[in-house]
Amino acid sequence: MKTLPHTTRPGYFGDFGGRYVPETLMPPLLEVEEALRSIFPRPEFQERLRSLLAEYCGRATPVTLCERLSQELGFSLYLKREDLLHTGAHKINNALGQVLLAKMMGKTHVIAETGAGQHGVATATAAAKFGLRCTVFMGAKDVERQAPNVQRMKLLGAQVVAVQNGSCTLKDAINDALRYWISHQHDTLYVFGTAAGPHPFPTLVRELQKVIGLEAREQMLARLGRLPDYVVACVGGGSNAIGMLHPFVQDAAVRLVGVEAGGTGEPGCENSAAINLGRPGVLHGARMMILQDADGQIDESSSISAGLDYPGVGPEHVYLHATGRVHYGVAYDHEALEAFRRLARAEGIIPALESSHALAWVFCHASEIPAGSHVLVNLSGRGDKDLAHALHYIQLD
Amino acid sequence: MKQAILTARQEGRHAVIPFITAGFPSKERFWDTLAEIDAAGADIIEIGIPFSDPVADGPVIEEISRQALADGVNLSWVIQGLRTRRGLLRAKLVFMGYANPFIQYGLECLAADCAEIGVSGLIVPDLPLEETPEFREAMQPHGIDLIPLVGPNTDTKRMKAYAAYAQEYVYVVSVLGTTGGVNEQVAAVADTLRRARSVFDVPLALGFGLRHPSQLDTLPPDARPDAAVIGTALLQHIRRGDSIADFLKPWRA
Repeated sequence: MKTLPHTTRPGYFGDFGGRYVPETLMPPLLEVEEALRSIFPRPEFQERLRSLLAEYCGRATPVTLCERLSQELGFSLYLKREDLLHTGAHKINNALGQVLLAKMMGKTHVIAETGAGQHGVATATAAAKFGLRCTVFMGAKDVERQAPNVQRMKLLGAQVVAVQNGSCTLKDAINDALRYWISHQHDTLYVFGTAAGPHPFPTLVRELQKVIGLEAREQMLARLGRLPDYVVACVGGGSNAIGMLHPFVQDAAVRLVGVEAGGTGEPGCENSAAINLGRPGVLHGARMMILQDADGQIDESSSISAGLDYPGVGPEHVYLHATGRVHYGVAYDHEALEAFRRLARAEGIIPALESSHALAWVFCHASEIPAGSHVLVNLSGRGDKDLAHALHYIQLD
Repeated sequence: MKQAILTARQEGRHAVIPFITAGFPSKERFWDTLAEIDAAGADIIEIGIPFSDPVADGPVIEEISRQALADGVNLSWVIQGLRTRRGLLRAKLVFMGYANPFIQYGLECLAADCAEIGVSGLIVPDLPLEETPEFREAMQPHGIDLIPLVGPNTDTKRMKAYAAYAQEYVYVVSVLGTTGGVNEQVAAVADTLRRARSVFDVPLALGFGLRHPSQLDTLPPDARPDAAVIGTALLQHIRRGDSIADFLKPWRA
């Protein structure tokens, strides 16, 4: 493993991260950074968050051994069950923490971006719980594609803004949320949904998501008396993966794998695999790996899984890739669909299409994983939301 | 550029800094439009380099940028066009564009090209103080200025840090918002302009939300900028097919 210097520049992971935003956004970002430093570690914040995660969201989530699949595969496959959390995915860990932070910062309004709607629903949920006003920015195309989640957000009391700019998808929703924040910074906190964006969001989101990996590490130790051999998570922007992988980074014997969405797999196809197929660049306030053309214009990403459909990967992942500590692989749409079907049939668990990419990597690389290994996969969300979409491709007999 | 603004001041007027997105109103008509803006008395012209994700811009400039990108406008095209027209424009030129296209072009290469074709500075709206060292290191050897942007919420301490490297002028953003709005209360920026005046020893250009020269009249005499940047309002005027000279004339009064 190569070691790269952690630069001393604020908010950098090696050469990645930073804060590429208009000067007018610096004061609110510095305010969030200060809240991360002063409010976040306070016992009243940590204790309130811990009890909400337990009593409102259902933490700790269990680790489940996939007995039938383990027999087929020749190694033990465990799932960290983030699909069992309130709202059905890991997104609530982050949204709840940031909305609580907003409340303690004295903000009365939270805004969020959303692609498929999961982070929007999580933020709307947390805002309802705390009685804060909530506005969710969503690309106009996604508003059309994800009507049920739009209805959920509205039911929870959020206002949903259909973004008509640019390509009318997630990246444009982030642009519009950033623009809105510039002009409403006094009473508003931007609840950023993934481990990307300008500093301090990659760090804040990791700190809120690492409960996944911390719990899983304890659970594996308690169960096996040792750590797993592999820990695997899917990577879009990277929030569930950084939450799962970060607590294992110092455990040199544990192989860490992030799985990107490769799209259809045809040569030159649109994809969401920015580490494997992108180049370093600046997007949404951070220097990271992004999908872009030769001129530095951002490419549109594509994946069968809306939650992985983002043209960048957060800066800490890029750093973990550069040091070689985490291996970043790719799973294609059809492989994810097969994993989706296989887990449902073999274990009675319908995984999110996002999480199905992590499973697909394990299934596709099963022959390289030594027999008797212990493999832990983050099941970041449940797949009910994907049913209609997935059934376009899967034959039910 | 500083000199161009000071000359205007000696003439008892604001310097006029029009903004135009490269490739607007079309790739073919851009160069003539640029020449027309120059002939209408621009002191400095900001040429906007289109970017797919312009977070500091409102919908008008974003849409114009998307059209330019769809037409195949990129930094190389702009630089090549300016290279063949060297010395034909009277106004000083700056590039205004987002960090990523500049970084992908190569900052060293960009600095050398700017020096060669007569572009005097860069305005990078998503490059706050902390991220400027890399750009400044590349630009400085070629004498290309990095023009800071400050806003109503930039405290005096941060202004002082910007002042440490500002050479030509500083861009004061009149609103907490994006380009293309209408700032109905320009007078509210008076405090920012006064603070900027006390911190910077380079001229102050005011921009974002300016549509009519009369907006500047609402500012008290000790809080007047040295230059006005006019972007969206000019582009909308050009799109309607109206005369650029007529539009810019009152700004020079």
